[in-house]
Amino acid sequence: MEALLAITIGVLVATSVYLMLARNVLRFIFGLVLISNAANLIIFVSGRLTSGAPPLIAEGAEGPVGDVANALPQALVLTAIVIGFGLFAFALVLMFRAYSTLGTLYSDDMRIAEPRTEDTK
Amino acid sequence: MTWTLATPLVLPFLTAVLAFLARYGAAGRWFSVAGNAVLLGASILLMVRVLDQGVIAAQMGGWSAPFGITLVADYLSAVMVVITAITALAVSVYALTDIDERKEHLGYHALFNILIGGVVGAFLTGDLFNLYVWFEVMLISSFGLLILGGNKDQIDGGIKYVTLNLISTILFLSGIGLLYGMTGTLNMADIARTLDTVENQGLVTVVAMMFMVAFGVKAAVFPLFFWLPAAYHTPAFSVSAVFAGLLTKVGVYALIRMFTLVFDGDIGFTHQILLWVAGLTMVTGVLGAAAQNDIRKILSFHIVSQIGYMIMGLALLTPLAVAGAVFYLVHHIIVKANLFLIAGVAERTAGSTDLNRIGGLYKSAPLLACLFFIPAFSLAGFPPLSGFWAKYVLVAAAIENQGWIIAAVALLVGLLTIFSMTKIWAEAFWKPHPEGVDPTLNQLTPQARRHLLIPIAALAAMTLVIGFSPEPFVTFAKDAAAQLLDPTAYITTVLGGET
Repeated sequence: MEALLAITIGVLVATSVYLMLARNVLRFIFGLVLISNAANLIIFVSGRLTSGAPPLIAEGAEGPVGDVANALPQALVLTAIVIGFGLFAFALVLMFRAYSTLGTLYSDDMRIAEPRTEDTK
Repeated sequence: MTWTLATPLVLPFLTAVLAFLARYGAAGRWFSVAGNAVLLGASILLMVRVLDQGVIAAQMGGWSAPFGITLVADYLSAVMVVITAITALAVSVYALTDIDERKEHLGYHALFNILIGGVVGAFLTGDLFNLYVWFEVMLISSFGLLILGGNKDQIDGGIKYVTLNLISTILFLSGIGLLYGMTGTLNMADIARTLDTVENQGLVTVVAMMFMVAFGVKAAVFPLFFWLPAAYHTPAFSVSAVFAGLLTKVGVYALIRMFTLVFDGDIGFTHQILLWVAGLTMVTGVLGAAAQNDIRKILSFHIVSQIGYMIMGLALLTPLAVAGAVFYLVHHIIVKANLFLIAGVAERTAGSTDLNRIGGLYKSAPLLACLFFIPAFSLAGFPPLSGFWAKYVLVAAAIENQGWIIAAVALLVGLLTIFSMTKIWAEAFWKPHPEGVDPTLNQLTPQARRHLLIPIAALAAMTLVIGFSPEPFVTFAKDAAAQLLDPTAYITTVLGGET
């Protein structure tokens, strides 16, 4: 299971790097979504995987018995997903706004804040 | 104990809610000023407690240390919170005039206070994942502030700022995941304790490098700084002042915290890289500044070169060097925020921040010229201003450590800083205005003059105080450095006595 997830993470990161190297900023944020999910999977795997063992505590007992799933990474991933979703929504709106004010989605044409020297002449 | 630590954290969010509800009236901006004044009081209270007891810690929600979220303040955290509150108060007074009604309606004051809350949270937390959450709070409000108003150049700079910061955040998150996998804990003190027992020390170094890159992007070090000069000159002056003063310093703070407390296992490797990074950051930043022709762009590149000095202090890792880094951090926040505020007044009176299009400020606004003189020459390291002592301590530490090259680089960069500060002086203040305008302060209303100049004068006065009596500040920085280099007290306080 770990091996499968590790390969998945690798594929996600590779795909997202490919997308983020594109000059189109829309592709860039799709790459960003993929890589943030890869990060979530890293946290998930690092908490060690156990299948079919929910961390439930029997009535009256002080702690769970035997090998159970680690609940903390799941809480962390949940938090990271929520935050990542908020950031993605913001980035998407920003790209939309950039398209409507700058009229382009290509990062090479976005030279207003730091113009090239030949542009200013 | 819990109360002293939690108040500086809760206050900005309370202020933000009030300011948001009152954003259509004049009350909103005064809530912001009042809230930040109270925050300053609370942070001074925290400082007094820390000076009294060394390190103080509190467990949130009553969960004991490695499990719950810990708030912890040592000397470094406490002084950073105080300086954050000072900057926030100064900028919120400045914003009374600087921020127009449209931006107020869009929620400027609420976003600003959330940003301050995020910064304070990042300084006070003792939990790695919690640090990530505070970084996010800080980031999302800074995104909002940066593009508030929606000018073309703001959107353009905003895209670079947003994308690069998101990548660094994801790297940070992956680093947290891997570190958790190795140690099974997220509490920074607990990680510091258990990290030595990890079998695969090579992987620890890999994770250390991930953190270095992630925080390096936030702190804008070489070669990861390109988003900063692309973005910091576009928003309102209040916003760029608070960004310049505080945001990059949170990255530096996180670097100092992680690379003194947690990643101190392979100093020969990690801190050698930091030293190279520091030297190159100083040089590229100051050369970039020399090539610019706009006050805010010059100042933005200067942030980069000054970050290099702080990283240099961390990289040398001797008590004197770390003390220098702490001193530099505090001095630089005051000076840099002040310079951006002054640039705002210069634009208001002379009409632009482009050096080719303005001039004559010395003749018609001598008071502003004097107020510019103090932080500018402090930044360049003129004795006896605060920047001189900061550089002096760092260079002394480098020489003591036989780091001749880095000491020479630091001194040379100081000289080049003077060059570009003289450029601003000669172009904006000394030469006559090219369009024959007389940029006097009298063209501002008396009320606007009060709001704009009082924070500038107050920050300049603080620079002078630090400059003329550096003794207590240097002593404090040395105590803070001693605490950072021997984190035993930090760890035992956080974990509640058990070691």
